[in-house]
Amino acid sequence: MEWLYILMPIAGVKIFWPGLIVLGIGVGIIGGFFGMGGAWMVTPGLNILGFPMAFAIGTDIAHMAGKSLISTMRHGKFGNVDYKLGLIMLVGTVIGFEVGAQMIMWLERMGSVEKVVRYMYLVLLALIAWMVFADVAKKKRKDREALATTGEVDKLSTGLEWHKTFHKIKIPPMVHLETAGIYCSAWLPIIVSFATGWLAGILGIGGGLIRMPSLIYILGCPTHIAVGTDLFEVAISGLYGAATYTFKGRTELVAAIIMLVGASVGAQVGTVATKYIKGYGIRIAFGCAVIGCAISIVLKLAPSFLPQYKVAFDNAATFFVLAVVAALSTYIAVKMVQGAKAEVAGKKKAAMARAA
Amino acid sequence: MSRIWTKLGGWVFFVLVVMPELALAAGGGPVAPMVIVADTRNLTGLMKWWADLYNHSYVWFTVLTVVLIPVIGVIMGTLADIVMTHIGIDLKSRELAEH
Repeated sequence: MEWLYILMPIAGVKIFWPGLIVLGIGVGIIGGFFGMGGAWMVTPGLNILGFPMAFAIGTDIAHMAGKSLISTMRHGKFGNVDYKLGLIMLVGTVIGFEVGAQMIMWLERMGSVEKVVRYMYLVLLALIAWMVFADVAKKKRKDREALATTGEVDKLSTGLEWHKTFHKIKIPPMVHLETAGIYCSAWLPIIVSFATGWLAGILGIGGGLIRMPSLIYILGCPTHIAVGTDLFEVAISGLYGAATYTFKGRTELVAAIIMLVGASVGAQVGTVATKYIKGYGIRIAFGCAVIGCAISIVLKLAPSFLPQYKVAFDNAATFFVLAVVAALSTYIAVKMVQGAKAEVAGKKKAAMARAA
Repeated sequence: MSRIWTKLGGWVFFVLVVMPELALAAGGGPVAPMVIVADTRNLTGLMKWWADLYNHSYVWFTVLTVVLIPVIGVIMGTLADIVMTHIGIDLKSRELAEH
């Protein structure tokens, strides 16, 4: 079974390459569907395959940039990417990220902040999860009321509508984001991207988990546009992140390419699944992913209270993250296959009706 | 046409954005200084050339990685695209709905 292992030229370790492809497929599906890089899922996966941690992050980012590019191409064809918004956001994200990263380095010089950062991340994830499920509950209530009064549900109605308040701010210059269907002050996407970038810099994460809900709830992007636009940003900033890590000698391109083979298929599946799962389906699944991420952080924090169980908690965190990846990617893939089957069957039926 | 220019502008902007430490990863943070040398004794062909490049020049290693990732991404994406079009589903439009 030697052929199932490949020697990594830089890291010097033999890796089970089908495992890299499977991991690529899983995170490709999730990334293409939610519009995030998903670094929190890849790193434990690489670790379990025996990848040295020194190369795990750089390799992850390199594959993430390629994978997000593939998803952006497909989302672009669906009309899910607002390039103007993506470019405006990119400026704010980069500056915010840099400010956040510098701030955390300054805080680290004053004392250990790692635990505080993890608690902050946990609180933030709890807030995002609450926001998503509060939105879903409000939307359901609105739909019930609409059904009771008018007998039909508005397809484009949403639960939380904070963005309407933010759109009332008319500080010039105003900007019209055609694809997203938003007319607002240019300062709104700049400030939102700066704030999300700053938080990502402080927390040491990519930021897709924060940016995607911000695009929906603060800017008022439709869910699909938020997913596509976020991926456009991840593709560009991820490439830059890959450059910085590679320059430090921390990227194993061979592994990244093998993962890309799986991710190219996964990203297509995840992206096409957004065609069949409506906006609120994506939001609910995203809320579940956020809860999954939060639980993995709780498991990482637990050894500080019970140090004797550190190994057990670390293993539990890794297996939990991989279980979340498996469950979410299976759900998305099944929905995509069901949707595609129904569409093909519908087309055949229509063709037969025309022929008759 | 304007969309192409916007996309092109995006990539040009990326090249211009040269700010350090934009490292995207969960718990990534700054990387500790460390020199790693690739062991090329068991490698042959392309793999050996790649490891030699890593040992000799981080700059060229980085340039090639940054060029190869999007190129391979586009090739793989296009191939996967071709496969998907054979399924027979509409890949150019979707119904906009939040419900």
